[in-house]
Amino acid sequence: MATGVPQARARLGVRRLKQAQQENAAGYLFISPWLVGFFVFTAGPMAISLGLSLLKTDLLRPSTFVGLDNFVALVDDELFWKSLRNTAYYSLFSVALGMLASLALAFVMNVRLSGIRLFRTIYYLPAVLPSAPVAILWRQIFNPERGLANYLLDLLNLPPQKWIYSERLALPCLIAMSLWGIGSSLMIYLAGLQGIPTDLYEAAQIDGAGWWPKLRRVTLPMLSPTIFFNLIMSIIGSFMVFTASYVMTQGGPNNATLTYVLYLYNSAFRYFKFGYASALAWVLFFVVLGLTALVFRSSPMWVYYESELR
Amino acid sequence: MNRATEATVQAPASVRRAPLIAAWGSRRVRRAAGRLALYLVLAAGSVVFLLPFYYMLNMAVSTPASIGKYPPDWIPRPIMLSNFPEGWVAYYNFTKYLRNTLLITSATLVGQLVSCTLVGYGFARLRFYGRGVWFVILLSTMMLPSQVTLVPQYVIFAKLKWVNTYKPLIVPAYFGSAFYIFLLRQFFMTLPRDLDDAARIDGCGYLSILLRVLLPLCKPPLIAVGVFSFVSHWSDFFGPLIYLNDPEKWTLVLGTTALVTSWGHTFIHMGYVMAVTTLVVVPVLVIYFWAQRYFIEGITLTGVRG
Repeated sequence: MATGVPQARARLGVRRLKQAQQENAAGYLFISPWLVGFFVFTAGPMAISLGLSLLKTDLLRPSTFVGLDNFVALVDDELFWKSLRNTAYYSLFSVALGMLASLALAFVMNVRLSGIRLFRTIYYLPAVLPSAPVAILWRQIFNPERGLANYLLDLLNLPPQKWIYSERLALPCLIAMSLWGIGSSLMIYLAGLQGIPTDLYEAAQIDGAGWWPKLRRVTLPMLSPTIFFNLIMSIIGSFMVFTASYVMTQGGPNNATLTYVLYLYNSAFRYFKFGYASALAWVLFFVVLGLTALVFRSSPMWVYYESELR
Repeated sequence: MNRATEATVQAPASVRRAPLIAAWGSRRVRRAAGRLALYLVLAAGSVVFLLPFYYMLNMAVSTPASIGKYPPDWIPRPIMLSNFPEGWVAYYNFTKYLRNTLLITSATLVGQLVSCTLVGYGFARLRFYGRGVWFVILLSTMMLPSQVTLVPQYVIFAKLKWVNTYKPLIVPAYFGSAFYIFLLRQFFMTLPRDLDDAARIDGCGYLSILLRVLLPLCKPPLIAVGVFSFVSHWSDFFGPLIYLNDPEKWTLVLGTTALVTSWGHTFIHMGYVMAVTTLVVVPVLVIYFWAQRYFIEGITLTGVRG
């Protein structure tokens, strides 16, 4: 009788331990689809990719080990540098202009206006469309003969341009097209703006702050995590640009729109240089990783997290 | 109270000015003018955003002769609806492509919903060793450029002899996607834990808690994931481009781009191309309108938390 209580407690402890073990097993069981997928479709391929980048292989003939030759060959590969430059140029302008435009539009749309839902829908629309049909449409818009772009120039009495068939203008054309799809980052900004507690503005009002101090001291700091998120996502997205140049220009004229991923695609699936393409992929990986790391490192200077203060 | 004091302070200053300037000085007029300016900005932007759509539709219903005309007809005469049925069968069998696309989208939809729900629930509700680490890994895969794994994945699927079948496009969906898992996990986190506890007392296991108690509450995020998944597979270009060589097996998007490369420069067929492109785009728009609420909710959820 006297040992009853400790015994019960011990039994309870055992039961709790058993329950914890059960929950452990159940947890792994539930996440197992992703876990298996992660190893089969992400981690495994990354390891294989590393191996492939050291090979010369076209999947048909037996492959040969070439060490770091693929990476060394990149240095002298003009198309590699050109595609990297093109992509950096595209990324810089489409990210910068896209961020500015979507942020400005989000500010405008954050005002309470009747009919604002209609405007939101209109601006968001292009962002959900499939990229290949969109590229087909814009290819026609930028058609030098009877395309919409030249017609608009004509209305303004400006001389017609060769657009995507001009080495100088082809890449800016792709950037212009990308700006048509700013709807999704616009929506994310809008959500961010609406998440800012109104009492902060009321407090600023009581302190007699005008619109500039409110923007500078309340809106931008509170929105900075959202800006950070959008910046990272658009940098990564812009480095992946493929469909636009594949459908609109096939990389031309004179490789002016050869983007990095298009070059990677060509190396693998047109020239069947799978080892070389893997090396290209790893360089891309490190470039994007470096850029995101840079943004992350700079974030303490300009991203404000409320929780840090508490 | 604050607004009232401000108004009394400002009033005398505006009274002294000339009538028009005085009216400008009044808050109400200034606000109305501001609104008008905003409407103008938004309307001008809308025209810019809608113009390409109109241009596409206009060409889709134009005769070859009127597409070739300059300046273009902004209201096509005659309106030629026959571009839709004729373009659909003129060069490729788009009915077949529709069937292929529906097969891929429905198979991946089921896979995503099942696997992402299970994994999302696991991450949100179960305590297991290493959960935090795995979740961080999951999030970081969202930032991994898919091109890094593209070539080796192709090599794997080639070795499995899966190239030119739908398996490379469908099977990965059954292992979940980081973004959808994250989205569902965020939603599960918002549901009260008491629900689980009550169900457990009633003798429910984890799976029946999920299926019977939590899932009925998850309609909005499930619809969001469903819509995202459907639209992204309907729109996918890269995957089918790489894995489907046989024109019989193509998808709608692939067929449309092939139309352009075979007819690209001739205006004679532009009506067909634009008609088919419109038909491929319209389902996405319809679904988007239908699910707009959930769509935006989904974006909001991830956007803020990101």
